[in-house]
Amino acid sequence: MPYLICLKGVIIRELLRFLQQRERFFSALVRPLMWLFVFAAGFRAALGVSIIAPYETYITYEVYILPGLVGMIQLFNGMQSSLSMVYDREMGSMHVLLTSPMPRWFLLFGKLLAGAFVSIIQVYVFLIIAFGFGIELPPSGYLLVLPVLIVSSLMLGALGMVLSSRVKQLENFAGIMNFVIFPMFFLSSALYPIWKISESSIFLAQLCRFNPFTYAVELIRFSFYAQFNAQALWICLLSCLAFLSIALWGYDPAHIHKRGPK
Amino acid sequence: MKRLILATLLGSTFIVSDLWASTAFISNEKDNTVSVLDLDQMKVTRTFKVGKRPRGIILSKDNKRLYICTSNDDTVEIYDSAQETKIGELPSGADPEQFALHPDDRKLYIANEDDALTTVVDVQTSQVLAQIDVGVEPEGMAVSHNGKIAITTSETTNMVHWIDTQNHELFDNTLVDQRPRYAVFEQDDSLLWVSSEIGGTVSVIDVKDRQIVKKINFAIKGIHKDRVQPVGMRLSHDGKYAYIALGPANHVAVVNRKTYEVEKYILVGRRVWHLEFSPDEKLLLTTNGVSGDVTLIDTQNLKAVKSIKVGRYPWGIAVKP
Repeated sequence: MPYLICLKGVIIRELLRFLQQRERFFSALVRPLMWLFVFAAGFRAALGVSIIAPYETYITYEVYILPGLVGMIQLFNGMQSSLSMVYDREMGSMHVLLTSPMPRWFLLFGKLLAGAFVSIIQVYVFLIIAFGFGIELPPSGYLLVLPVLIVSSLMLGALGMVLSSRVKQLENFAGIMNFVIFPMFFLSSALYPIWKISESSIFLAQLCRFNPFTYAVELIRFSFYAQFNAQALWICLLSCLAFLSIALWGYDPAHIHKRGPK
Repeated sequence: MKRLILATLLGSTFIVSDLWASTAFISNEKDNTVSVLDLDQMKVTRTFKVGKRPRGIILSKDNKRLYICTSNDDTVEIYDSAQETKIGELPSGADPEQFALHPDDRKLYIANEDDALTTVVDVQTSQVLAQIDVGVEPEGMAVSHNGKIAITTSETTNMVHWIDTQNHELFDNTLVDQRPRYAVFEQDDSLLWVSSEIGGTVSVIDVKDRQIVKKINFAIKGIHKDRVQPVGMRLSHDGKYAYIALGPANHVAVVNRKTYEVEKYILVGRRVWHLEFSPDEKLLLTTNGVSGDVTLIDTQNLKAVKSIKVGRYPWGIAVKP
């Protein structure tokens, strides 16, 4: 029971913070919508069409890019949640949270779940807007993607948590944008299929294959079409577990004290 | 005994399912083959060799004979549609491309592109009944449902030629936009739809006075208008929609036949050429020449549901119930 109260408290706090920061909600939606309606519209005819799994027939670029943009929402949200953790640490509210009698792993997992909840709300609002503009999914896809969104948001949130455990000041967080978010997004199958990237560079295609974000996007893509991508699921789950373990280690008081303040 | 009964039951099940299964025959222009597509399984089950450069492909009214224009062999080959074996040839004139079968199931009207002729052949006696002079590079062929009029469209003359099927004489011409490729009559023979590949339009012509009553234009977001090249067409039996293949634009236009407005463009494979319905008209099949596949469109939801690889440069389709 205390676990549930604690979890509820963490989730409500994250949700309230998200709702009060209207700019954050707005920018979380505007970013992928710009990609969808401006970038994708320009590339609509330029990229050519080809059938790759899970698609059964030819698709427009807008349809191709949709899972990648859902992944983008989750990637930014994961990083933003970790940014808020750095902020909480600077403001002292993180200390309040960590002094809770609940185990540390539970508190951090609660933060992750709260972040996942917020990102799923963003994703569904984005999908509704896309639907309104004729970029539709099979009806079952809207439901089947839900468990996948939980897995992918936990993985990306855990990655953000790893970074927040290393970054000590808000100012340093700008670097995260340049060295984590952009490479992860561009070196993935979010914007182009990997076979297309390998046509110009085998090396870049290999990098895409080592990027866990690629598998989050593919997991989302396959679930949209009621198909199961076991490889993507395993990689996402294992990455999530690995990131979470590193984050727990990073937030371990013994480890923090050994490292000392920076 | 039990085994015998089981085998009989299983056997009859297969026979029944075989009877229900619709089959599409697709002529592959570059492979000199015909792909056999099972529409229930949605996959190619067989491929068989035919003459050189197969293009136009139709079935006899009883669906037992399959006629194929083998353009580079200057002949029309006849196949048994059940056995997929060649059973004969018809004289066709030079370079046959498109043809149309008269409702009497005997007279075959063939456009001879190189000779500016329309050849009429009796499919039972293999006799050439007539050769009619038409415009330069005849291409599209159609016969009205009442069997009174045959149509040839000539690519270079840009005309629709009206032929009286009683005396095989040309009785009128209608000028349409550049390179008319395909013609199809409405069910009641009141209107004729003609696609113009280079003109990028479809003309709807009143059969009574042979005048154009409507010209349909197409515009697809993100695709240059030069790539919009209407070719194959199909009109649904319910009178609701006309489906028009737009060639290198890689889309099929869905036109409302009451308003003549394009209601939707459906993305299919590359260089979509000809179209055919499944027997229940729930599916529309498209041959996509450059991508070498056939796209299946769900006509209830107006969505492409699947694309299936066939041979190289699929051209025409005939569907057997």
